[in-house]
Amino acid sequence: MVVAMIIAMLVITSLIFHFLNPWEPTTLASNWGSIDTTLTITFLVCGIFFVAVMAFLVYCLVRYRHREGQTAHYQPENKKLEGWLIAITSIGICAMLAPGLIVYGQFVTPPANVMKIEVVGQQWMWMFRLPGKDGLLGKTSVNYINQKNPFGINPNDPNGQDDLLIDSNELYLPLDQPTTFLLRSIDVLHNFYVPQLRAKMDLVPGIVSSFWATPTLKGRYEILCAELCGVGHYNMRGHLVVVSRDDFQAWLSEQSTFATKLTGDTSDGLVDQGRQLTQNRGCKACHSVDGSQSLGPGWKGLYGKTEVLSDGSNIKVNDAYLKESIINPSAKIVRGYPEVMVAYDFSDEQISAITAYIQSLRIENGTAQQSELPLNNGSSPPR
Amino acid sequence: MSYAEDAERQAGHEPKSFWTKYVWSQDHKVIAIQYSLTAIFVGLIALILSGLMRMQLGFPGVLGIDPQEYYQYMTMHGMIMVIYLLTALFLGGFGNYLIPLMVGARDMVFPFVNMLSYWVYLLSVLILVASFFVPGGPTGAGWTLYPPQAISQGTPGTEWGIILMLVSLVVFIVAATMGGLNYVTTVLQARTHGMTLMRMPLSVWGIFVATILALLAFPALFVSGVMMLFDKTIGTSFFMPEMMSLGVQQSHSGGSPILFQHLFWFFGHPEVYIVALPAFGIVSDIISVHARRNIFGYKMMVWAIVAIGGLSFVVWAHHMFVSGMNPYFGFFFATTTLIIAVPTALKVYNWTLTLWHGDIHFTVPMLFALGFILTFLVGGLTGLFLGNVIVDIPLSDTYFVVAHFHMVMGVAPILVIFGAIYHWYPKITGRMLNDRIGKLHFWITFLGTYLIYFPMHYLGIQGIPRRYFSFEGLEFIPQSAYTLNQFITVVALFVGVSQVLFIYNLFRSLKKGLPATNNPWKAASLEWQTPDTPPQHGNWGPMLPVVYRWAYDYSVPGVVEDFITQTTASDSVGIKPNILGDQS
Repeated sequence: MVVAMIIAMLVITSLIFHFLNPWEPTTLASNWGSIDTTLTITFLVCGIFFVAVMAFLVYCLVRYRHREGQTAHYQPENKKLEGWLIAITSIGICAMLAPGLIVYGQFVTPPANVMKIEVVGQQWMWMFRLPGKDGLLGKTSVNYINQKNPFGINPNDPNGQDDLLIDSNELYLPLDQPTTFLLRSIDVLHNFYVPQLRAKMDLVPGIVSSFWATPTLKGRYEILCAELCGVGHYNMRGHLVVVSRDDFQAWLSEQSTFATKLTGDTSDGLVDQGRQLTQNRGCKACHSVDGSQSLGPGWKGLYGKTEVLSDGSNIKVNDAYLKESIINPSAKIVRGYPEVMVAYDFSDEQISAITAYIQSLRIENGTAQQSELPLNNGSSPPR
Repeated sequence: MSYAEDAERQAGHEPKSFWTKYVWSQDHKVIAIQYSLTAIFVGLIALILSGLMRMQLGFPGVLGIDPQEYYQYMTMHGMIMVIYLLTALFLGGFGNYLIPLMVGARDMVFPFVNMLSYWVYLLSVLILVASFFVPGGPTGAGWTLYPPQAISQGTPGTEWGIILMLVSLVVFIVAATMGGLNYVTTVLQARTHGMTLMRMPLSVWGIFVATILALLAFPALFVSGVMMLFDKTIGTSFFMPEMMSLGVQQSHSGGSPILFQHLFWFFGHPEVYIVALPAFGIVSDIISVHARRNIFGYKMMVWAIVAIGGLSFVVWAHHMFVSGMNPYFGFFFATTTLIIAVPTALKVYNWTLTLWHGDIHFTVPMLFALGFILTFLVGGLTGLFLGNVIVDIPLSDTYFVVAHFHMVMGVAPILVIFGAIYHWYPKITGRMLNDRIGKLHFWITFLGTYLIYFPMHYLGIQGIPRRYFSFEGLEFIPQSAYTLNQFITVVALFVGVSQVLFIYNLFRSLKKGLPATNNPWKAASLEWQTPDTPPQHGNWGPMLPVVYRWAYDYSVPGVVEDFITQTTASDSVGIKPNILGDQS
């Protein structure tokens, strides 16, 4: 009796919990409301089966519990009953599978008027590429990747010259525009995941995968990585900003093309070179520049500061220390941080660019000399 | 039956000294205990690792765990639980103990190979544990070991950890193959007089089909492990495309990371059933014995096991719906996956229908079996969410998946393992386990795990991704989710620590348990009909038993006792042959 009552209570509590718990799906911001509908159908069908089987179980436990004189009924099988049960189960399965496959059919056939944009993943950051006026993206290969060409676009492909490169973790998209996300990784597996879009897909090095969605709600949504990609996986984040068409065009016009980046002034200041370098090599996945906590020590106000090392000794952060920490990261570990960084083989010029950049983030009179504010405090994205 | 007749005359390999009796033993019962104790021991390591992970998720920073360690704990927890605990315990432990006793054999057909199987398994465990002590520590690639990440910079343990992991898996597969060939051959060749296939208990059917799955599925893991070792050590590119690694171009080119995923899941999905089918079989027998009623629809139960086993080879890519593979595969794999739900559902119905019109004794094994039905039902139904490709897309890689697979292939099989140990311990040791401790252990484990995993699904519904060391700064996650994580951690630690009750009961009852009779549960199946308890070497005394009926003659009308053992001839109890034939 006790067993039956506890199981009955568990089932009832589970049902109540299902309806009253605060953990709802995020606000839908794409055309994939139909995915939510298939989820609801699945909950409904499975819920009915769950309650029916458990109710019968509880009934059996109460009715056929051992008592004095109780004997079991010998009945090896009942083909008719089993047949009915198989039939009912099959109907339930079809009720879930049929709508599921119909919606999946839409999922794998993007509409004709899609805008194609490219998402590039690398440990542990996002970059984006949009086609220029020709509407075509240039071909890519990791062989072309270098300082000036972090996307690895073929410099001889005319289609690539006007590609717009978004060298930051923030992507803007126009409202109500069906969009195909072409997904490309230059190192390991990643997964482009925006909970509010519902759709997601892996980025696989060596191939271009894709999915499509239409943003239907203006707003600023988080981009996450949903495929384990190393120690910085949980930190591989970005933002998707859905804006009106006009605002999107305005944002687009601020982006620079591959051609301008390629022919751009090579005599960038040392600090700019350093900023570019740390962006390209993914340093910022673990080292924040806005003072926030991250996997490794943040760079804001780092230069000139005195750090306590894991062995208890102190060290003043200067060029020599920074250089050593880049080429031999495990030599001195700052207390409270894990020993996870791998050694980087930068040239001396590159190292001086990076240290110059870190130096520029020094804090003087309480403000960063060259402030790099967190993105959400930036120049008021239209909502 | 020529093998059985041979075995009739001699038990063979009679142990002479302490060493040959307890260490280098070729007796399937000793090997079973060696396998089980080793598996439970590594399982405890994995349990501790899960506690450390839960601390980081519920109370970030309190233990000072860093991301590298977190991913290492996560990887080792998953791999140990799936391979080194569950697979080893069901096949090496229960398979070894139960098959010869349930089919009426004196031992496994190849006792020496059987012994070798255990020692090779132990070697694989030692290699695995050694990876905790090498520079860089164990691999943190996740238990799926997806390349390129598993062998490229930026993942913990890419120096030595991943190599030891792959070598350990390859060695484990050698052990599993030696054991597996034995189990299959023994079932096919060494059944005693009258033990037809359709008279075998479902435990044997479950283990038998699971072993066939293992023999067919493990080679896929074996080759992918060897290929990845080559990619890592001698620079081949089976799974490695042209790629960068932390800003440096690699020398690999032309390989396919998705190829690994296909190979891995071609093994990995049957692996789910390698664990589940023995649990299905064992729980059927427990329910039947303790409800004093024949298992309902035995033939359908056998065919369901065979059908699930067969179908399990054509559903693997449902683990890869968002992997970037050709999206049209989704239609096929969603359909096959949902079809597999039909025989699985039938098994759930038949367990409950066995209780229907039964005479249910709420013994400890029965409690665990009931806990299994509820847990497995939840885990099975949430599988329908993830198998239906479009529903999977938002849920994949979230906590919904974590909750689902812990319910269906974590907690559910482990409840069966506990139930089975409470059920067969009297045969193995000659003593009963303590009932009160057993009941306490059941309620804490059953209710605790339900409290952990049922609400966890809703974190996934909300979209919270799995394999995250920290959720700090994520705006879409409400405060309530952090509170839930704390709750889950507290319950998980409590349930984890409570397993001490079980370990204590195991050891305490060896000396202080009530002495068990030959057949304390009044069961009909053959393993309870041995002349000695625990059974002696050779199991059956001078003559092999003769089997006259199936294993489920409980509460047969017109018979005084509420069970008829398989060794009872029909005319001796004066009843008509049962429907499954009594041709002998």
